[in-house]
Amino acid sequence: MILVLVETSPAGEAVEVSREALTFARTLSAEGGGVPVDAVLVGEPSADLAATLAAYGVRSVHALTGEAFASYSGAAWASGVQSVRGSSVVVLAAGTPRGNEVMAHVAAREGVAMAANVLSFSGLAPFVVTRQVVGGAALEEMRLSDRPAVFTVAGHAVEAAPAEVPGAGEVVVHAPAVAAADLVARVVSSEEPEPDLSGTLKSARVVVGAGRGAGSAEGFAELVELTELVGGSLGVSRVVTSLGWRPHHEQVGQTGSRISPELYIPCGISGAIQHWAGCSTAKNILAINTDPDAPMVTKATYAVIGDLHEVVPAINAEIRRRRA
Amino acid sequence: MRVLVCVKRVVDSSSEVVLTEDGQAVDGRYAGFTMSAHEECAVELAVQVAAATGGTATVLTLGDADAVEQLRAALAVGCTEAVHVVADGSTFGPADVAREIAAVAGDFDLVLLGNDAADSGDFQVGIRLAYELGRPVVNGVTNVSVDGDVVTASGAGTDGHETYRVPLPAVVTVLEGGVEPRYPTVPGRMKAKKVPIDERPPVAEPVGPSRVRLLLPPPAPSNVQVLGKGADAAPAVVDLLEQLGVLAR
Repeated sequence: MILVLVETSPAGEAVEVSREALTFARTLSAEGGGVPVDAVLVGEPSADLAATLAAYGVRSVHALTGEAFASYSGAAWASGVQSVRGSSVVVLAAGTPRGNEVMAHVAAREGVAMAANVLSFSGLAPFVVTRQVVGGAALEEMRLSDRPAVFTVAGHAVEAAPAEVPGAGEVVVHAPAVAAADLVARVVSSEEPEPDLSGTLKSARVVVGAGRGAGSAEGFAELVELTELVGGSLGVSRVVTSLGWRPHHEQVGQTGSRISPELYIPCGISGAIQHWAGCSTAKNILAINTDPDAPMVTKATYAVIGDLHEVVPAINAEIRRRRA
Repeated sequence: MRVLVCVKRVVDSSSEVVLTEDGQAVDGRYAGFTMSAHEECAVELAVQVAAATGGTATVLTLGDADAVEQLRAALAVGCTEAVHVVADGSTFGPADVAREIAAVAGDFDLVLLGNDAADSGDFQVGIRLAYELGRPVVNGVTNVSVDGDVVTASGAGTDGHETYRVPLPAVVTVLEGGVEPRYPTVPGRMKAKKVPIDERPPVAEPVGPSRVRLLLPPPAPSNVQVLGKGADAAPAVVDLLEQLGVLAR
């Protein structure tokens, strides 16, 4: 079988990237002659969640329960995944922080390779995956000869889609024994993130972006105003946080947040690969830049050529005028 | 206490990436090189922990002769010793690298690494190292401090700001964002030049990274629709916002 680690939201739903990973697993299953796809998750799933997983073609939902899973430990989760993996030929997760961490633990414990942030596969014998490297500036074809093949699926590499034929979605509850050594490094406390931290950035429908073109820490007033007028979040490039103009939690890019809003409005951002890695999955991009040849402009859906300090106040005024 | 921080010389991804003809590596002739951003923060944390505990911070890299530049950069900001495993890093997979670090890390109380390297993006060397050493590992944190024989590490996790407290010796992988890496001072740079580098050969033949080849993503054709120039474009922009249905009323 193919075993997919599914992560759930605080509301107990399967997160989108996990549903993408299930969709990826199903494509792989179809190529491999219909190998069953099972899901593994922490905590007992609600009836709704089990129904969602069934709709995504899942045969069995393995629920890991017990004190060992009461707070997060990468090693304990990996131990749980191993306890239900049986004769799985593939074990995969979404390329989230936890997905990458747990799969790395699984691979290390099984003594097999692991491929992070896979976009696609191009053959089963040998099994070759293509994954993102150098922050998306290059791709790597990697052979995964070990069994189980362990990897994570890059966010938005595929679109999450329910199966044509649903699976049984049968819930199987497990309470596996977890070694004490696997519980040494576990979360001892977690606090709610502050409301304006990157959580809202990642879920915003509109993100207004700002780069070096903002000019100074004081140059953000009109950008913040535009952000408020469109009910969005502010995201910035690495240079902006390096210069101390804005806090790190607003950073979009390879070492910041990865965003997929309906509309991203990068203002004065040239579009270095490090930044592009964080915003390339935005559905629409409206670039505002003085340089018509900047990578961000040529890759954008829409562009305005001009200085953000002239263009953004005019947009703000136009929005206010139409609302009046 | 003794802190070991592991760094990697990586291509600066703000410059255009060119591959070697055999597609096995990034062509260094056309690239700038740097230390991964996460590792700059790991170095800063290593120096802070060493200072707070009256200990030392040692920097380790595996790479070719040029990688000494990244060791000197870490020495210039407060590391006092450097170990260089001299090898062609592109022929080492993550399990190989973890084994080489483990051969050095045995004497250290705390090993810090970046969460993932900016080039290979494997997300696993620190975790594999922990299994090699039989030590606990905390992954992807931005803050690290040591009190007695316990390391406290925290960062923005899936469930909010998550804190771990783990007995030493331990392995911790670091993300950018919790500390501001200090700039090297001129005396720091001068001092760094004089520190002898402990050069070692690898302890084992690498298995390799299972790489078939590297590719460049196909350049997307530009389909950009220019809405206008300067402030005059504002009405067209607001029309677009309305059309996309993103203008909150």
